[in-house]
Amino acid sequence: MSVPIIELTDVVKSFGPVSVLKGVSLRAYPGKVTALVGDNGAGKSTLIKGLAGVQPYDSGSVRFDGEEVSLHSPRDASRLGVEVVYQDLALCDNLDIVQNMFLGREETRLGTFDEGRMEREASDTLRSLSVRTVKSVRQKVSSLSGGQRQTVAIARAVLKKARVVILDEPTAALGVAQTEQVLALVRRLADQGVAVIIISHNLADVFAVADHISVLYLGQMVADLETRATTRDDVVGYITGTKTMGVSA
Amino acid sequence: MSTTQERGDLTGDLATTSVDLIGSGQEGGILDQVGAWWQRVRAGDMGALPAVGGFVVLSVLFSLLSPFFFTERNFANLMTQAATLVMLGMALVFVILLGEIDLSAGVTAGVTMCIFIVLVNVQGVNWIVALAVAFLIGIAIGTFIGFFVARVGIPSFVVTLGLFLGLQGLELIVIGSGGLYRVQIPEILAIQNSNLPTWGGWVMLVVVLLVSGVTSFVDRRRRSAAGVPNRTIALVWAKLAVFAVLGGLAVFLLNRNRGQAPTILNGQEVGGNIVEGVPIVVPFVLVILWVGTFVLDRTKYGRYIYAIGGNPEAARRSGIKVVTIRWTAFIVCSFLAVFAGLFSISKVGSVDAAAGRDLVLSGVAAAVVGGVSLFGGRGRLIHAAIGALVIAVITNGLGLLNLPAGVNYLVTGGVLVLAATVDAVSRVRAGGTILRT
Repeated sequence: MSVPIIELTDVVKSFGPVSVLKGVSLRAYPGKVTALVGDNGAGKSTLIKGLAGVQPYDSGSVRFDGEEVSLHSPRDASRLGVEVVYQDLALCDNLDIVQNMFLGREETRLGTFDEGRMEREASDTLRSLSVRTVKSVRQKVSSLSGGQRQTVAIARAVLKKARVVILDEPTAALGVAQTEQVLALVRRLADQGVAVIIISHNLADVFAVADHISVLYLGQMVADLETRATTRDDVVGYITGTKTMGVSA
Repeated sequence: MSTTQERGDLTGDLATTSVDLIGSGQEGGILDQVGAWWQRVRAGDMGALPAVGGFVVLSVLFSLLSPFFFTERNFANLMTQAATLVMLGMALVFVILLGEIDLSAGVTAGVTMCIFIVLVNVQGVNWIVALAVAFLIGIAIGTFIGFFVARVGIPSFVVTLGLFLGLQGLELIVIGSGGLYRVQIPEILAIQNSNLPTWGGWVMLVVVLLVSGVTSFVDRRRRSAAGVPNRTIALVWAKLAVFAVLGGLAVFLLNRNRGQAPTILNGQEVGGNIVEGVPIVVPFVLVILWVGTFVLDRTKYGRYIYAIGGNPEAARRSGIKVVTIRWTAFIVCSFLAVFAGLFSISKVGSVDAAAGRDLVLSGVAAAVVGGVSLFGGRGRLIHAAIGALVIAVITNGLGLLNLPAGVNYLVTGGVLVLAATVDAVSRVRAGGTILRT
C-alpha cells in the first residue's frame, strides 16, 4: 500500500459539552476513492469541515504527505490542495462554465481578463475528465442539468490542481443516468492520482465507486474496510451500530 | 501535454466539430451566430431587446402623432433631457447587479448639488473646489450606506429609504425652505447647454469606432494566442458598421442647425441664431459608460459583482471578499449619482430644496426597463442607458402632445411594471426561480 496523502490521527472535536468526534482516524490514498459513511449525526460533516479548514479540530494530528500540518483556515486547506465540493453546489447560475471554474482566481493580463486562456484551460480540464455531456464551455450554468453542474463543480476542483477532493453527497439529487455519469467522473478523478473522499448515504454508489469504506458511528471510526472484502450487510451493520470491529483503525 | 492520450477517447459529434476542444459557442459563420443568439433570446436571455424595441415603437408613434417630435431640435433636447436619467440609471446598475437597491441615489444627486451651489453662491468657494467637495460627499454617503448594508447587514431597501428621507431633510437645512439658487458657473451650464463644434462630433464618432475596433481585435488576438476559436470576423465588421451608420446619423442630425430661424423685419434679417453640434454632455456620458462597462466586463471587480449577484455563498466560498465588493458598489453608485446631479442642475439652471426627489424611482425604472434584473446578477450599463432613453422618450413625447402630467406618470409606471414582469418571466424561462434565496 502506498503512502496516504492525508492521514488523520485521533482527531477530537467538541461543541461545548457535546463531543462530536472522539478520536477519529482516517486515511486517503492517491488514486483511490475512500467512502465516508455513517448515519446522520455520526460526525461526517464535522470531520470534513475540519479538513476544509472551516472548523479546525480541537486536537489530534493531520499529516499531509507524511508531514504534520496545521489546518486552521480554508486558505490552509486550499494551499495544501484540499478541495471540497459541497452538496449545495457553490456555483453562480448567472455565469458561464468558464467563469465559474475560474471564479476567484481569474487569469488576467494587464489587469484585464485573458478569456482565451481561461477558456482553453477550462476546456482542457473538462476533456481530461472525458466530459462529453457539456456542449459549450460558454453555456450559462443556469441552463445545465444537475449532473452537469456536479461535473462543473468537480472540474473546478481539478482545475485548482487539487490533490484531495472531498465530495459531499455528489449524487443526492441526481437521476439514474446522471448518477452513473458522476460516478464515472469520480473514478476518472481518482485515476488522475487524486485522493477522493466521498460522503454518501447511498450504499449502491459507495460500492460502485469506492476502494475503501470508512464507517463513522457516533463520533468514532468503527470500521475501515476494503470494498472488495466486505458486503453491504456488514457495512449496514457498522453504520447502525449492530456490528463492531473491536478496535477502530 | 496529457491531452494527446485522451484524443482517441473523443467520439461522436465532439470529435467531428472540433479536434481538441469542447465547443465555446464561438464557432461557425455569421448565420450560426445569429441562430445561437436567437436561441438565447428564446431561452429568456433578452438583454436590451425589449427596450430597444420599445424605443423604436415609441419614436415612430410620437413621430406620427406630433410634427415636432422628429426634428433636430427635439432630438438634441431628448439627449439632454435623458442625460440625467441615463447617468442615474448607470449608477444604480452597480447595486442592482448585487440584488440590492439604492432608493437614495436621486436625493444623493440632489443634496450634493445643494451643498455645491451654497458653497459657490453663498460661501464664494471656487467652483472646482466645491465640485470636489460634492463628489467627496457623494463618496461619504455611499460609504455610509455600504457600511450598514454590507457590514451591519441591514437590507439596502431600509437603509436607503432612511437616507431618502434624511437627505431631503439635509437639503432643506442647507438650502432653506423655499430657497432657490441659480447656477451661474459657465462651465457647469455648458455641459447641457453648449455643443461640440461640428468637427468635434465626427472626431468623437471616429474615437468610438477606433476604441471599439481595437478592443475587438485585442480580444481576438488573445483568443488566438490561447488557441481557442474566434467568432467570425464578419461580426466585428458588422458591429462597427452599425455603430458607424447609427452614430453617423446621430452626429449628422445634431450637427444641423437647430436654432431659431431669423425673422424678416424691414427687409433685414433680425434675431435668429445658429445652434449646432453634439451636446457636450454626450461625450461625458459615453466616457463614463465605456469605463464602467470595461470594469464590469473585463476586471475581477466587475466579475465579482456579477458573482455575488448570482450566488453570494458561492462567491464567498471562492474566496471573494463579499463585504468589500458590496460596500464599494454602494460607493460607486453614490459617486456616479453626483454626475447625475451635475447634469441635472446644468439642464435646469437652478437648485432648490427638492432637488433630485422625483429622480429616484425613474432611475430604478430606467435600469429595469432596459433589462437589468432586480434579482441581481444580470444586466449591463448600456441597458440602463437604453432604458433611460425609453423613459425620456415617453416624457418628451407626451409633453409634445400637451397631455396632462398625470398621464406621463401613469404611462411610465405602467412601462416599469411591464418591464419588471418581463424580467421575472424571462428569469423563470432561463431556469432560475422567482424567489431570491
